[in-house]
Amino acid sequence: MTNKLALAAVAALGALVLAGCGSSGESKTPEGAAEKLEGKVVVDGSSTVFPISEAVAEEFMKENPGVRVTVGISGTGGGLKKFAVGEIDISDASRPIDPAERDAAQKNGIDFIELPVAFDGLSVVVNPGNDWVDYLTVAELKAIWEPGSKITNWNQVRPTFPDRPLKLYGAGTDSGTFDYFTKAIVGEEKASRSDYQASEDDNSLVTGVSGDANALGYFGYAYYSENKDKLKLVPIKNGDADPVAPSPETIGNGTYQPLSRPEFIYVNAEAAKRPEIIAFVRFYLGEVGQALVSEVGYVPLAPEDYKLALERFETGKTGTAFDGPTVGVKFSDILKR
Amino acid sequence: MSQAVETTVRKRIRSRKRVERLFGMVCFAALLLSALLLFALVWGVAKDGIGRLNWSFIDSFPSRIASRAGIKAALAGTLWIIGLTILIAVPIGLASAVYLEEVAPKNRLVRIIELNVANLAGVPSILYGLLGLAVFVRWMDLGRTVLAGALTLSLLILPMIIITAQEALRAVPRAYREGSLALGTTPWRTTLKITLPCALPGILTGVILSVSRAMGETAPLITIGALTYVAFTPTGPNDGFTALPIQIFNWASRPQAAFHENAAASIIVLLAVLLGMNLIAIVLRDRARRKA
Repeated sequence: MTNKLALAAVAALGALVLAGCGSSGESKTPEGAAEKLEGKVVVDGSSTVFPISEAVAEEFMKENPGVRVTVGISGTGGGLKKFAVGEIDISDASRPIDPAERDAAQKNGIDFIELPVAFDGLSVVVNPGNDWVDYLTVAELKAIWEPGSKITNWNQVRPTFPDRPLKLYGAGTDSGTFDYFTKAIVGEEKASRSDYQASEDDNSLVTGVSGDANALGYFGYAYYSENKDKLKLVPIKNGDADPVAPSPETIGNGTYQPLSRPEFIYVNAEAAKRPEIIAFVRFYLGEVGQALVSEVGYVPLAPEDYKLALERFETGKTGTAFDGPTVGVKFSDILKR
Repeated sequence: MSQAVETTVRKRIRSRKRVERLFGMVCFAALLLSALLLFALVWGVAKDGIGRLNWSFIDSFPSRIASRAGIKAALAGTLWIIGLTILIAVPIGLASAVYLEEVAPKNRLVRIIELNVANLAGVPSILYGLLGLAVFVRWMDLGRTVLAGALTLSLLILPMIIITAQEALRAVPRAYREGSLALGTTPWRTTLKITLPCALPGILTGVILSVSRAMGETAPLITIGALTYVAFTPTGPNDGFTALPIQIFNWASRPQAAFHENAAASIIVLLAVLLGMNLIAIVLRDRARRKA
């Protein structure tokens, strides 16, 4: 019976597939690289910070071919969970670590060094065909987005706005963007009305707002800057200050409030003693890293803030500086805490 | 009188024929709809992605610069995972099906097991991911490796393989087995030489479907901690990995349009790999069918 052959071929199919990629595994490490760093750097966490970590990893490994840097995306919360049990060296986070996560890490004897690496500005946008919105105040945004809000028409937002239905597009509840927007605008994390077009995929929000003249939406600044011709930015008026639109300048110097947020990496303090981790973090906060931040669409910190962050790392200062008041406080002052 | 009867009968026949034609048309429309949808999908992806498809795209690691980025790590990861999954799931699934269908007594316990296997086939894949994370990654301490991923996907597709293999075995006429046994062959040889080969085409169909499903799965792999940025290909089952669906998802959610093209190109590669593997399995199946 040749059918035994066919049966064996099923198994062979599997073996074949394995063999096919086995050979591609040899590393192409050039002999005598400048530094003989070796080892692994395991990074995981926020999808917002991912593009930065990916870019840094790529450039770092060009200079240090002996080190294997891997970056995962399991979300800020997911990454910090893995961090708290010691599975990863560095956790990407799009918000500061929260008390529960801190306790979890502490219980396992894991200390962390908190390092801000960039800013992102959550952008409120409308359709380019919208000619009536000149700016929105934080109070107006709160009235629109708070739980149970009854606002369904633009003229309910402000009486001078036209009688047009208001179509809302916003972040899905699993995203760090949602957490941050609700905290900054509504005042309470995860408190939001739920009758809006929600998506974890910011690209689909871009498509939604750009195709609907009555739309209002929010997402990360990078998604606006890649689609400038399809969207219109809404300047935000915070208290008595003049309305400010997000831009690399206003996000970076802290005048775009309250929607500009720092992005972090959390480094395991024990891992921070390994030479490959030290080199990687120095690279991340150094000149190359700073340049990469803007290249992938985020706003770099001020040069002196990078210095302060690096100082935190070199002196091995553990704990978070972001559990006190942060809105309206100079960023460098927070870093000195 | 007969004239009148004849016209009514003719009328009825005509109306029945109309219904018959209508039924055919509805069925055809249903087929056309799914075919058109598939075509639109493939066309959309091909339009966006074909321009990015070249050897350097397949042979490069991911990069922040879209035009330099490639799928080497993801493709290698997917092939590793699927290869291992086939090696793990097919033998276990086949053996389970043979036991349930050919060896086990038909008692209540076996019926309960069969019912549970059927239920397991409908469990959302994310739950298998959580199970894999708890059992393979943490408890067995395999880490976030190719092996842990393959074991998780094997669990995911085992129920499908068992059920389809059982169906295939059941469809083999009793007379074949009885004929073999009557000639003095042992039950074990009968299963190996008669029943299994006859059921092989059906079994292969099940394997094709299950493996295709495993290849497109993202959720359980992300749950067990598959990586996203990897600049090396796995050298063994204990390496970290990423897979094509994860790479596609990541690129599709980037703000830059150039990455969306990369995602489309990766989808074409994933489809090609899928079609290639199915083709091999279909050729094997047809060979088995002719021989049987």
